[in-house]
Amino acid sequence: MGRYTIRRLLQAIPVFFGATFIIFMMVFALPGDPIRALAGERPFSESVQRELRERYNLNDPLPVQYGKYMLALAKLDFGESFNRRRVSDIMKERFPVTIKLALFAFLFEMFLGLIAGVLAGLRRGSFMDNLVLVSTTAVVAIPVFVLGFVAQLVLGVQLRWFPVAGIQSGFYSYLLPAMVLGSLSLVYIARLTRTSLVENLRSDYIRTATAKGLPRTRVVGRHALRNSLIPVVTFLGVDLGALMGGAIITEGIFNIPGIGREIFQAVRSQEGAVVVGIVTALVLIYILANLVVDLLYAVLDPRIRYD
Amino acid sequence: MTEDDRTKPQATSTDMTGIDGDSPLPGGPPTDAPEAGEAAEEEVREEEQIQFGAEAGLQTGGTTGQITAATGGDVPLHQASLWGDAWKQLRKKPLFIIAALFLVLFTVMSVAPGLFTSQDPRFCNLSFSVDRPSGSHWFGYDIQGCDYFTRVVYGTRVSLLIGLLVVGFDVVIAIILGSIAGYYGGFLDTLVGRFADIWFAIPTTLGGIVFLNLLGQRGLWQVSLVLVVLAWPTLMRLMRSSVVSGKEADYVMAARALGAGDWRILRLHILPNGIAPVIVYATITVGIIISAEAALSFLGVGLQLPAISWGLMISDAQSRILTSPHLLFFPAIFLSTLVLSFILLGDALRDALDPRLR
Repeated sequence: MGRYTIRRLLQAIPVFFGATFIIFMMVFALPGDPIRALAGERPFSESVQRELRERYNLNDPLPVQYGKYMLALAKLDFGESFNRRRVSDIMKERFPVTIKLALFAFLFEMFLGLIAGVLAGLRRGSFMDNLVLVSTTAVVAIPVFVLGFVAQLVLGVQLRWFPVAGIQSGFYSYLLPAMVLGSLSLVYIARLTRTSLVENLRSDYIRTATAKGLPRTRVVGRHALRNSLIPVVTFLGVDLGALMGGAIITEGIFNIPGIGREIFQAVRSQEGAVVVGIVTALVLIYILANLVVDLLYAVLDPRIRYD
Repeated sequence: MTEDDRTKPQATSTDMTGIDGDSPLPGGPPTDAPEAGEAAEEEVREEEQIQFGAEAGLQTGGTTGQITAATGGDVPLHQASLWGDAWKQLRKKPLFIIAALFLVLFTVMSVAPGLFTSQDPRFCNLSFSVDRPSGSHWFGYDIQGCDYFTRVVYGTRVSLLIGLLVVGFDVVIAIILGSIAGYYGGFLDTLVGRFADIWFAIPTTLGGIVFLNLLGQRGLWQVSLVLVVLAWPTLMRLMRSSVVSGKEADYVMAARALGAGDWRILRLHILPNGIAPVIVYATITVGIIISAEAALSFLGVGLQLPAISWGLMISDAQSRILTSPHLLFFPAIFLSTLVLSFILLGDALRDALDPRLR
């Protein structure tokens, strides 16, 4: 286990630097002069331009800029935007909103996904199974932004069950966006639970447990379900990335001031430092989550670690 | 596993172990002993990630490869047997037939949109702006007063083209890199694997926005390129794990013992038997890519006007959703149906290619 942990940790390091460097390069390779864009109609004087370039390390070659950025990052300094706002302040303001949204989405998809998956998996080929398969396929086929619009139009505007947009109504206003955001992952969780439950129910140890005379609930609950949840746990790591990416669209539709909307606006207004700061944080979260999940997986399933 | 087990996959218990049923056993074939354990460990982990990142139902991907490998053992004499079997299965599936018919319809629509409508999608009359659907104009008119049915029909081409183009390129990348990584292992495997990890760590929507915003002119090729770059790692990993499990097969050993070279073994023995899960997932990926393209166009970082694309139409409909819902409805229905067709096709292919489900 120790060797496995160390190996996975070491593997995560180049991935982090590689991914963030690609993003850094892409953002700062933007054509056009950000300082001139910042100045607008009346260009800054030479000395101000020079000072600004110095301040934002714009004179250095790209790899050096990246190196300086990473050194600052080690001290948790995410840089600052061109209008002198600390990127870490922006993140402190926006992240709680997105985390709340993602958390609700997560609870929603886990709850419904597991129930649907278990109901379908227990009786393969039954009406319930087909219902789950058909409805999940339909959800996958409808793009998230279409789903968001339709939900907003029908449940928000026409039926008035949910607030249409914004976060003024507190907890209540997160519900609909969270359901839209979690819908795609809900499908994966339901299908994953179903497939692995079906496989496990056919395995030898289930036959043994049944032959021992254990009640059905115990066979399913203690034996089959516990093992079937292992792949679901690993899905959660990948899911985190999907939730963060999906948040860009969902927050846009429902006008929620979270990290997704912030990053989209920053990309459009060429606020390089904000984009890189947020993306770096997201990639870091994503890699760490996958790492934790991998380690958790090795704990849950001893077949993974051979040492 | 003995040869006997392999030829009767349904009857054995070895292939019911689920998640790592496809990984070589730790003390496996003696040829690659030093790295066998490591490869197995890697493989299980990546196999998992592939399933989840992608389509949960793809569960049995790697195993299919192995069973495929086993049943097609006497390559190339009866090479078509698995695919022949699969075809027999597919012909009886109503869902497959429906999906296939829809795809034929969409293909005809994108090749010859003139067959469906006699109007020009760019011929507009402002006095008809956002008119509701009627008997002569089924889908009504858009904001510019263009016939909406014509525009939606013409929009098929770009979606389908981007989906097929991106997945086509990604499959080629997957086959080349996946074969190299899986077959040679060692340093090359690590190199390719870590490189894929780096790209895998960038979420598609996020990466799409950042990269596409860089490009001033965004046409079909630019959008496709960005999606190719963001989507290849999953297919590559699938191919790699297929090759890893395929190269341990007895008939590959036999071919090697007979003096076949690497290129010949890969081309004639490993690839034909290991490609099935890649093809299944690639089919589903076409749907995912089409959806991603529409999302990016919707966000304003994908295709640009005057391109005719469903994502752009839906984006236009956004501000008029209350007064003219037909602007959202029709492109959304076409988009969802096209994506659904590819997903159903992939599902049907997987069922047909996986003998365990029979």
